[in-house]
Amino acid sequence: MVDSEQTGVTSSSIPSAESLRRLAISESGFVFDPTSGHHFTVNETGLVLLRHLQQNQDLSSILNAVTQEYNVSHRDLERDVLEFLSLLREFVGEQ
Amino acid sequence: MSVFNVTVAITGVNAKPDNPGPGLAVARCLRESPEFNGRIVGLGYDALDPGLYLKKYCDAGYLLPYPSTGDEAFLSAIRKIHEQEKIDVLLPCLDAELPGMVRLRPLIEEMGIKVFLPTPEQLRMRNKDQLTEIAKLAGIECPEIKTITHAGFFYKCQEEGWSFPMVVKGLFYDARFVHNADEGAEAFRHIAAEWGLPVLVQRVVKGEEYNLTAVGDGEGNMLGEVMMRKMAVTDKGKAWSGVSIIDHALYEASAKLIKAIKWRGPLEFEVMRDQHGHYQLIEINPRFPAWIYLCVGVGRNLPMALLKLALNEPVGDFREPEAGVLFIRHAEDNIIPIAEFEHVIMQGGHHLQ
Repeated sequence: MVDSEQTGVTSSSIPSAESLRRLAISESGFVFDPTSGHHFTVNETGLVLLRHLQQNQDLSSILNAVTQEYNVSHRDLERDVLEFLSLLREFVGEQ
Repeated sequence: MSVFNVTVAITGVNAKPDNPGPGLAVARCLRESPEFNGRIVGLGYDALDPGLYLKKYCDAGYLLPYPSTGDEAFLSAIRKIHEQEKIDVLLPCLDAELPGMVRLRPLIEEMGIKVFLPTPEQLRMRNKDQLTEIAKLAGIECPEIKTITHAGFFYKCQEEGWSFPMVVKGLFYDARFVHNADEGAEAFRHIAAEWGLPVLVQRVVKGEEYNLTAVGDGEGNMLGEVMMRKMAVTDKGKAWSGVSIIDHALYEASAKLIKAIKWRGPLEFEVMRDQHGHYQLIEINPRFPAWIYLCVGVGRNLPMALLKLALNEPVGDFREPEAGVLFIRHAEDNIIPIAEFEHVIMQGGHHLQ
């Protein structure tokens, strides 16, 4: 439970590992939830994040990895990830 | 693998696009099964029911008298069709005919026709006015439901703590959303005229509709469950497309209910799922749904399983369920020579060449 106090991004913002692992994620960015029957699409960055999140619930290490991979500022990334996680929680029915 | 070379009569071969019967989909499931090499007799209630003419699904088509005409008329029609077709198994697919079929089961079986039906008590337990009790058995919640006998209810319902919108339902079939007292009264009159009294009102539940279909073996086991989320519906709320899902909570609730009442035969479990994944039971139908062909898509041919149960044959194992299989329905025009229509009108049925 580290991360930024300014943005409020914490590991508790992440949907449960169980919910994330059940998602069927295609290389095309098409994501299907076999429990709810919902689907959505993500771009390349979303796909990278989802892949990380499925295997690792430690947000700070994910942020560090993605910051290096995409050469973006940590702060911008946190803001975008917060929004992405909020949508993700809604999608898997945890909001 | 056994191959069943039997004659199966299937009702509910009506198929108006906004609210098709399940009969043609059940016939299609059998027709496409490598375990079925028999004949299919489509039974309809209207000379314009397409199943009476579709050679790809039915080998013969006959008209039945409406259930409201009474037991004698029904038995007489079945006897006559049986003389022609030598029916081995009868698979009823419509809600309204179930009470009669269940009541007449000994007489149907006496003719040498096999059925696999719930008992009268099981059928009564899943009546729409018993929803609260049946939801308790399933261990899930359900929206409040109330029996009414007069359209005046809608003009004073707020005094009883009811508000619009609400759903008005027939005891056997039909459901309409109403948004004010006048709409409620109109729906009441329409449903009462078609399905009789009492009429039911049900509180509206927010969420998305999910369905489960399966077969109860009569011993308390749920066989071959297939779950689906509706992706598009007709104006009448019937599924026009859907996607298979696997949800353990829905599985548990349905299995618990089937175990509690030892359900015998096909059924459809209709629930609403809110944004937190909680389910509320909307109703239970004592038959396969019109979207039953999705079961073939996920590798679980439920009509074939029902046929085996009716024939007292082992059902065998089902493949693991598969999530993410879609169905998208379409309507199709079929060309029917007037002579075939004439046969149905004048002789009550015909063989399809």
